[in-house]
Amino acid sequence: MKVLVAVKRVIDYNVKVRVKPDNSDVDLTNVKMAMNPFCEIAVEEAVRLKEKGVATEVVVVSIGPKVAQEQIRTALALGADRGILIETEEKLESLTVAKLLKAVVEKEQPQLVLMGKQTIDSDNNQTGQMLGALTNMAQGTFASEVAVDGDKVNVTREIDGGLRTVALKLPAIVTTDLRLNEPRYASLPNIMKAKRKPLDVTTPADLGVAMTSTLSLVKVTPPAERQAGIKVGSVEELVEKLKNEAKVL
Amino acid sequence: MLTFDSLRLASPYYNDNHAEWRSQLRKFVEREIMPHVDDWEEACDLPQALWHKAAEVGLLQLGYPEQYGGLTEGTDIFHTIIAVEELSRTGAGGIYATLMVHGIGLPPVVHFGSDYLKNMVIAPVLSGEKHISLAITEPGGGSDVANLSTSAVRDGDHYIINGSKTFITGGIRADWYTVAVRTGGEGVGGISMILVPADAAGFSRTPLNKKQGWWCSDTATLYFDNVRVPASYLIGAENQGFMPIVHNFNNERLALTAGALASAKVCIEEAAAWAKERKTFGKPLSKHQVIRHKFAEMVRQVNATQAYMDSCAWQIQNGKAKPADIALLKVQATMVMEFCAREALQILGGAGYMRGCKSERIYREVRVNAIGGGSEEIMRDLAARQLGL
Ligand SMILES: Cc1cc2nc3c(=O)[nH]c(=O)nc-3n(C[C@H](O)[C@H](O)[C@H](O)COP(=O)(O)OP(=O)(O)OC[C@H]3O[C@@H](n4cnc5c(N)ncnc54)[C@H](O)[C@@H]3O)c2cc1C
Repeated sequence: MKVLVAVKRVIDYNVKVRVKPDNSDVDLTNVKMAMNPFCEIAVEEAVRLKEKGVATEVVVVSIGPKVAQEQIRTALALGADRGILIETEEKLESLTVAKLLKAVVEKEQPQLVLMGKQTIDSDNNQTGQMLGALTNMAQGTFASEVAVDGDKVNVTREIDGGLRTVALKLPAIVTTDLRLNEPRYASLPNIMKAKRKPLDVTTPADLGVAMTSTLSLVKVTPPAERQAGIKVGSVEELVEKLKNEAKVL
Repeated sequence: MLTFDSLRLASPYYNDNHAEWRSQLRKFVEREIMPHVDDWEEACDLPQALWHKAAEVGLLQLGYPEQYGGLTEGTDIFHTIIAVEELSRTGAGGIYATLMVHGIGLPPVVHFGSDYLKNMVIAPVLSGEKHISLAITEPGGGSDVANLSTSAVRDGDHYIINGSKTFITGGIRADWYTVAVRTGGEGVGGISMILVPADAAGFSRTPLNKKQGWWCSDTATLYFDNVRVPASYLIGAENQGFMPIVHNFNNERLALTAGALASAKVCIEEAAAWAKERKTFGKPLSKHQVIRHKFAEMVRQVNATQAYMDSCAWQIQNGKAKPADIALLKVQATMVMEFCAREALQILGGAGYMRGCKSERIYREVRVNAIGGGSEEIMRDLAARQLGL
């Protein structure tokens, strides 16, 4: 079974994001970039499927600038077999990404597509769903457990107030939630081996997808700064303030 | 914000592959080491499982020949520097010193040992199953290596060893020791290196676990009482032991430099986070000129040391290193570590004096860096001699 995993280059989750002074976007200059954490979980799941003998090949695809090869190399070091970079300097929107992924799905014919439920940069949480609609493939979103069973995959989904398990006919799309697994770290020998694994570069034009934009970014504002706290002298004072100032009692 | 990472100068010596190694190793350290550092320090021990994990991630094998299970392909000296830095980022120098002690114990075997010794020793050490320590220093003296007195006398196809070694890192855990012994006359021309197994009859060891720092590191005094070792355990030729000792000095001093420098950065990071939060006299500490200038001064020294270190590493890699430069680099690094530990503790105030603060621990680790692996005095003296003075 071939597994396709989509990974995105985003700001490292440890970095404190700064908004540009003109509020036009987030400031990316000299900021550490990394693989989106949900995508890392998807890679880990694919590699585990391979280690279990369920998957025979793990192909990683990323869409982004040339440097996004770094994230593909990371996935290869974690155990994926080969990579595809769809190189573009354009801004990425969920629908275009879904269209590009559809083109890759048609070419590669994977039985399972694993991707993060969302990326931590724009938090859209819709690309997997859009890809499902475009390809007519079954989808299991927010997975906390993935079990391939013959020509089916059972996906346990994290939903409000509980878990819901769906059985999908393969080929299918699964988007990962945080609790699906704990991604491994790559060993130095595997980092070195990853350098020799194949990585093909293609472009949206090659895949026949136009990078048209349907959205324009209006404004980005940082969250309001937290106000400094105060010390109260007594429980009575606290209750008084909760009643009359905060008006929560 | 001043952080461990923001303090790293962009440098032509590091590429994407180095960055990848750093980020994967960072994950390893965050998951397998960071949560346990305080416990291990208080327990004065490290778990054996750590060696197996370190072998899995490739730490133990880095830089050793592939035919014995090592890893050299595609790696260079900067991968090693990154390994030291990321392990030192824990703020507990004892972890690197002990986990990677084969970095001083093994090279004599790798570069001067017979095939017989190499086949016996290297692979199990690199897989983390077995441990090897280096035993040079004696109760009678450490700096004056040429005058060491532990003796090895040839008796048929064995050597009989008598004497004692002290302050030996990893000395309680070790399965083998690479020991400097006197086989000939006075001075450097009478020294040999020999492998001694910890289970040899007549060998014993006692722990030195009341140390100022490096608590998680097992340090030992070793006693050799008519210890018989096969003559085939000799590393290199008889009375030619000084070469294996000095051969690894540049690498050892570079590693000590990287550790001292990383420790200095940990101090700056911790003090900076505190200085931005802590308010005195109506404003954050970081807004008081006296404190701001402390940071500027620390960063100045760290930057200079970083550039000096990277340049020396490149020189070592390309066979262009002058021992004087490497010796003085080590002095530079330990003095910067000392300065930064001092200033960080001043900035942290009483909080910095309490256990649980990385800078507090690093402060207690300054001296072992400044004394071990060639003391500051000895390094300066060596450099002056090399400079023809
Ligand atoms: C925690 C720890 C771990 C260690 N691990 C190991 C290990 O694994 N293996 C090992 O072999 N050793 C180890 N050492 C020993 C270390 O290498 C020695 O402590 C060091 O070489 C200094 O030797 P010494 O302590 O005998 O001091 P001495 O040589 O007695 O020197 C004492 C002081 O006098 C100074 N001095 C000496 N000679 C001169 C001179 N000619 N001019 C000016 N000043 C001079 C020195 O700089 C030093 O400050 C370790 C030490 C420590 C503290």
